[in-house]
Amino acid sequence: MKKLSLILFSIILIFKSAHATNYSTDPELFVSELVNDAISKLSDKNLNEQEKAIFIEKVALENVDINALGLYTLGELRKTAKKSSLDKYQKVFEKYFLKSLTSRLTDYSSNKFEVISAEKKSSNYTIVKSRIAQSDNQPEIKIDWRIYTKNQDKPLIRDLIVEGLSLARTQKEEFASILNSNDNDINILISKLEEFVTN
Amino acid sequence: MGFKKLQLIICSVLLALTVGAQAETNTDKECFEKISRGVFQFNQGFDKAILKPVAKAYNKLPDPVRKGTSNFTSNIATLLSIPNHLLQGEVRLAGHATGSFLVNTTIGVLGLGNPAALMGLENQKEDLGQTLGSYGVKGGCYFVLPILGPTTVRDTVGMIVDTSYLDPFARITWHEKEIKNISGTKIDYVGVKAADVVDFRGNNMTNFDSLEKNSIDLYAATKSLYLQNRKNKINNSSESEDDWGNLDN
Repeated sequence: MKKLSLILFSIILIFKSAHATNYSTDPELFVSELVNDAISKLSDKNLNEQEKAIFIEKVALENVDINALGLYTLGELRKTAKKSSLDKYQKVFEKYFLKSLTSRLTDYSSNKFEVISAEKKSSNYTIVKSRIAQSDNQPEIKIDWRIYTKNQDKPLIRDLIVEGLSLARTQKEEFASILNSNDNDINILISKLEEFVTN
Repeated sequence: MGFKKLQLIICSVLLALTVGAQAETNTDKECFEKISRGVFQFNQGFDKAILKPVAKAYNKLPDPVRKGTSNFTSNIATLLSIPNHLLQGEVRLAGHATGSFLVNTTIGVLGLGNPAALMGLENQKEDLGQTLGSYGVKGGCYFVLPILGPTTVRDTVGMIVDTSYLDPFARITWHEKEIKNISGTKIDYVGVKAADVVDFRGNNMTNFDSLEKNSIDLYAATKSLYLQNRKNKINNSSESEDDWGNLDN
């Protein structure tokens, strides 16, 4: 009987951990659950930095549309670049994105987070409005989340709009500046991203 | 030739350049990127050596002191917002701004408190760059000024005209003109502007650090943020433009 209980307990644990990052399909609840989960993990003193980074990576890979974000930030070059270059870019972009996301979330994880409302813009997009509470180093910050809802069973984050300023757009214009000053050479952009990832 | 005449000529030339730029689809064209990048580096050095340490010390001050400073500088900035609201035809907002200034200057003890906000009076910052933008004048090319930071031709013209003619606080202090027995000096002007900058830098400590750490081209990221912010202010909106459309098709 004890063995059976142990087996059952183990199965429940495995099941729970496999679904640890399954959030609601409702965009508003999705953002609320995801961010509060991330904040609680990042402020958990029992987890070391590596464990926190692994958690963030897992959550981001499952819930952020990194592939679309990578193509968006590449701008028009995505239409003309060679497939091999594009694949290489997408791989390094994912690493770059995960590193910068972990860094950004760590910067803001000590603050209280609250979802305010959600506004359905189209069948593809819902904007979830939220705020990060005031702290010593910053006033209250309003954050809008652009949620891609084409697949209603699996909402995905595409952009964070901080006080009206789109992070995806900023990244796109940053990449465009690098490409413009290097004859639109995607390899230069890839090497810059690799440099960021390894530093 | 008088200084005023020179200012008028500079403004006319800059504005002509901006109007010419209206035909451009890109409003974020660079005037002289290499020089701007150099100036940006200089500004970064200034920030690291002076502004950031001062802002860090400022953040250690008691909350009421910081809040009071923020309210005080915002209240003075209202003086510039009022004529710009009127120039934009926003009579309601001009009324709110005037009411806010009067209430905060009197009941709020020279603007240190903000009782006007509790009374529901809006105090939205406006300048001539925004006013010109609201009439459809594009930004023209983008460049960076020493200490003052990112700007465009339109916003620089706006800043010169604001400081020279529209801003009563600048008229009293920087230009040392007496208005209704109120007078001031250039030191007053610089002091208030410096307090405003330190307050802004202190409030955005985490944002600046995070941006610097996560950018592969900080100059381009700053330019993008500046231009997005100005566009939002001109449109009186906090929503980002949706340009994802062609990725979904």
